[in-house]
Amino acid sequence: MLTFVIRRFIYMIITLAVISFISFALINAPPGNALSQKISQLQSQGATVTGQQVAALEKQYGVHDPWIQKYWKWITGFVHGNFGQSFSANQPVSSLIWGKLGLSIALATGSLLIAWALSIPIGVYSATHRYNMPDNVVTLLQFIGIAIPEFLFALVLMTLAVKYLGSDVGGLYSSHYQHAGWSWGKFVNLFGHLWIPLIVISAGSTAWLTRVMRANLLDVLGQQYVQTARAKGVPEHKVIWKHAVKNALHPLVMTIGTTLPLLISGEAIVSIVLNLPTTGPLLINSLLTKDMYVAGALLMMLSALLVIGNFASDVLLAVIDPRIRLGE
Amino acid sequence: MSEDNVLTVRDLHVDFSTPLGSVHALNGVNLTVPRGKVLGIVGESGCGKSVTARAIMQILEPQATISKGQIIFHRPKDVEHETSQVLSEEAELSEAAEAVKAGDVDITELDPRSPEMRAIRGAEIAMIFQEPMSSLNPLFTVGAQIEEAILLHQTKDEIEAHKRAVDMLRRVGMPNPEGISRSYPHQLSGGMRQRAMIAMALSCEPTVLIADEPTPALDVTTEAQILELMRRLKEDMGMSIIFITHSMGVVAQLCDEVAVVYLGRVVERAGVDEIFYSPKHPYTRLLLRSIPRIGANRKTPLEVIKGSIPDPHSQVPGCPFHPRCPEFMPGQCDVIVPLEAGVGIDHSVRCHLYPGSVPADAALIPEA
Amino acid sequence: MTTIPTSIAPEPKRATPPELVESDVGTIPQWRLMVRRFRQSKLAVISVFILIILYLCALFATFLSPNQYNAQDPNRKFAAPSSWTWSGGPAICAERQYLDRQALEFKYKADCGHPVGIHFFGEGFKYKLFGVIPTRRHLMTVGQGQKLLIWGADREGRDIFSRSLEGARVSLTVGLLGVAIGTAIGATIGTISGYFRGRVDTALQRFIEIILSIPTLPLWLTLAAVLPRDMSVTKRYLLITIILSLVGWAALARQVRGKVLSYSSSDYIAAARAAGSSSKRIIFTHLIPNSTSHIIATAMLAVPATIIAETSLSFLGVGMLPPAVSWGVLLSDAQQVSTVEQYPWLLIPAALVVLAVVCFQLVGDGMRDAVDPYA
Repeated sequence: MLTFVIRRFIYMIITLAVISFISFALINAPPGNALSQKISQLQSQGATVTGQQVAALEKQYGVHDPWIQKYWKWITGFVHGNFGQSFSANQPVSSLIWGKLGLSIALATGSLLIAWALSIPIGVYSATHRYNMPDNVVTLLQFIGIAIPEFLFALVLMTLAVKYLGSDVGGLYSSHYQHAGWSWGKFVNLFGHLWIPLIVISAGSTAWLTRVMRANLLDVLGQQYVQTARAKGVPEHKVIWKHAVKNALHPLVMTIGTTLPLLISGEAIVSIVLNLPTTGPLLINSLLTKDMYVAGALLMMLSALLVIGNFASDVLLAVIDPRIRLGE
Repeated sequence: MSEDNVLTVRDLHVDFSTPLGSVHALNGVNLTVPRGKVLGIVGESGCGKSVTARAIMQILEPQATISKGQIIFHRPKDVEHETSQVLSEEAELSEAAEAVKAGDVDITELDPRSPEMRAIRGAEIAMIFQEPMSSLNPLFTVGAQIEEAILLHQTKDEIEAHKRAVDMLRRVGMPNPEGISRSYPHQLSGGMRQRAMIAMALSCEPTVLIADEPTPALDVTTEAQILELMRRLKEDMGMSIIFITHSMGVVAQLCDEVAVVYLGRVVERAGVDEIFYSPKHPYTRLLLRSIPRIGANRKTPLEVIKGSIPDPHSQVPGCPFHPRCPEFMPGQCDVIVPLEAGVGIDHSVRCHLYPGSVPADAALIPEA
Repeated sequence: MTTIPTSIAPEPKRATPPELVESDVGTIPQWRLMVRRFRQSKLAVISVFILIILYLCALFATFLSPNQYNAQDPNRKFAAPSSWTWSGGPAICAERQYLDRQALEFKYKADCGHPVGIHFFGEGFKYKLFGVIPTRRHLMTVGQGQKLLIWGADREGRDIFSRSLEGARVSLTVGLLGVAIGTAIGATIGTISGYFRGRVDTALQRFIEIILSIPTLPLWLTLAAVLPRDMSVTKRYLLITIILSLVGWAALARQVRGKVLSYSSSDYIAAARAAGSSSKRIIFTHLIPNSTSHIIATAMLAVPATIIAETSLSFLGVGMLPPAVSWGVLLSDAQQVSTVEQYPWLLIPAALVVLAVVCFQLVGDGMRDAVDPYA
């Protein structure tokens, strides 16, 4: 088990390294270097920039350094928590992204938990009560859940909420709570704003997970050991939950690796539509304004999130499956 | 069939409902299992042997129903043999529970999920399956799975259950039973897994053991060992065994009585010597002739039975074997289903070649 | 217990038994079996028909459109869909122009007392059928002065129905093209990886894992946003397609590799090798034909995701850009809740997206079930 974990850990580090390469390449992709942005920004503010000043700035930002050196500077900056400078906001990137990153992670994790909490019981019910009316309804809902693009779902839900619930949606808090201190009212308000994104983000994954759970369970129910359990006289509900479901959960843990990217992407796009202060809107804004350090750092962060999540799910799988734990 | 029977199956019909129509898997199966003896059930794949076994245990698939017939379980009358504690816990005062305790109970009358049926399953009638690897839950240790059965039926004391589990593993010939009980199924070899399965099935000392083709997945040496083990345990525990197989060789080694099944009907029933030395039904004869023999002339081609089992959805009129039968008699075999008739001591056959096969009120179409 | 007798007396032959009817499963060609299996799933068959209709609509978009898709009409901004009525045939209510004194602009109100008949195959604006044949024929038109707005108008007064048809051309083809390219790349790499195993396989798998470690939407966003904004529509279309396929091939390669691995260890491949077949022969004669059906089924299932991807990218303003039209571009008008609340017909193209995606999903499912006709 230990060798397994160590091996996975090393892969993770290598993957992150390569991703950082790619992210950096993308940062430098748009024509014109970062400095020209800054210069045009300064000029639009009315200042004049002399050739000397340009040269000095170029030296300071290392514009003409070899690529490898630039990369190294950027990477080592990570260790100090320095991700470069945002040109549009004139702040260090780190201060821009930390709070938002936290919220992104919270939303993604929350959706994951909701998706699991819903899909397991529904999947089990669907597999054990095949061809019933409820099963068909569930299947239909699943199809729609997978088919609807998330931004659309977010929009529709928002519209309905405004129309029929009269709630003040969009953003994280209503305006009067925005800068108020913490209170019960603020908490309720926060929740009132968060349920829409949580539902929307988890919807697609829940639909998909339910299908997977159902398929897995059907697979497992056809296995011989389920019959063996029944043949021993084990009561039916124990046969299902203790023997079958436990085995069906394994492939589900493997799906964490696939669900995470969906959740992260979904969270990005839903936040854009609903105007939540998370990494999504920040990413798109920075891309549209060519604020590449922000974009690059965000891409790196999101990828790191994914990679670490995958690693965690691999370890989790090893823990619960004796076949992996003790080696086959 | 005389003497003391532990299980009597009478005119059992099992139907499967499929999207394409109803499949009659069992069409009137009659069997008796004598106490303390081994009954072999033989037939090709798909003829209904496993369905019979699962019907007796009431673990049929949801689409299958017992549409007709009886399965009567005659409990041993001696006091030593305890009933499962499931009865005392969950079904103390029900009528069915009383029937189970008293001695004779019709299994078809019991709901498959009821505590009364569950009291029988595992504790009175146990079953082992074909694939040992997939028959054991990969996530639990072997010991835990054996203890599950013991804790369900015999005692609630976990330490006692563990002791009995290890003891059972020793009795089935496992080296290092304590270590094995803590191992997972994937860590054991095929033969050891099959022994573990046997240990699990026998942990509650059942009256009847149903073995559904337990040996095809094993090599011949291991198979011989397992058969020897089963013989020994049968003697030790006074247990009856229903052994389902398609290998006549195994039947010869192990069984006392044999039932030959074709398309959901028992076509011949007899003691094992009778079946091998004086087979009556054409199907039985063909089965015996298709066994390859060491020392036979190399040039003679292997015997096969012409054709193959018909599509289960189709209905074959008359005797179901007639399309493949070398003794086919037009006008009779394709019209009337033969009844089971005795042709000797403890020997019955379903075939128009022998008297007593035609029901009294049927009309015979004269041969052309 | 007994012993097997060493010989059994031979049987005298009697009458010959009747012939048996054999099932034809073993004899008809494989693709026919698959089609038969596919047809068993009614949902999949219906979906195929719906998709064919959608693609035909895209092909004949201009013929089916009563108005030009990019004709702006400042008098009909956010106009509601025309109300339908009957007058000897389907007709719409005439619209009376009136001056809205508060907003100080001309508005139109439906006047159902004066129905305007719809001319089928009548004459409308000029265009070239298939880009070649000049004609004026359209499926539905109305007389001069009135406008047939089946699905209402958008921010600039453009007919949403016509724009949806035009947008279908992009949205429906980007998915197919992107998946086709991705499939070609993915299948090749997957087959190579699965067949040769060893170091090649490990290296490719690590590479694929890394690509799959970047969340797709942010990656697409970044790649798309890096494109300069002033490219020709066609160029942008092609580049977007390539971007979408670049990320999609990885998942497919993994699946193909899995299939190839399982085939490679099957007995018939070992038999082929033992018989002396070269690697090339094994790959092309055995592995690829067997995997083709699986590859196609998997590819079909990837199309919905690509369509949604293009729609999302365009919606966010980094995919297709105006003046190009795709369903995503149409929906980008609907980004504000207030707008959607007032003019809900802006969301109708979304229904088209969902329809197309669901149909592709069902077809893909049906295909996946059908490609194992021997199961």
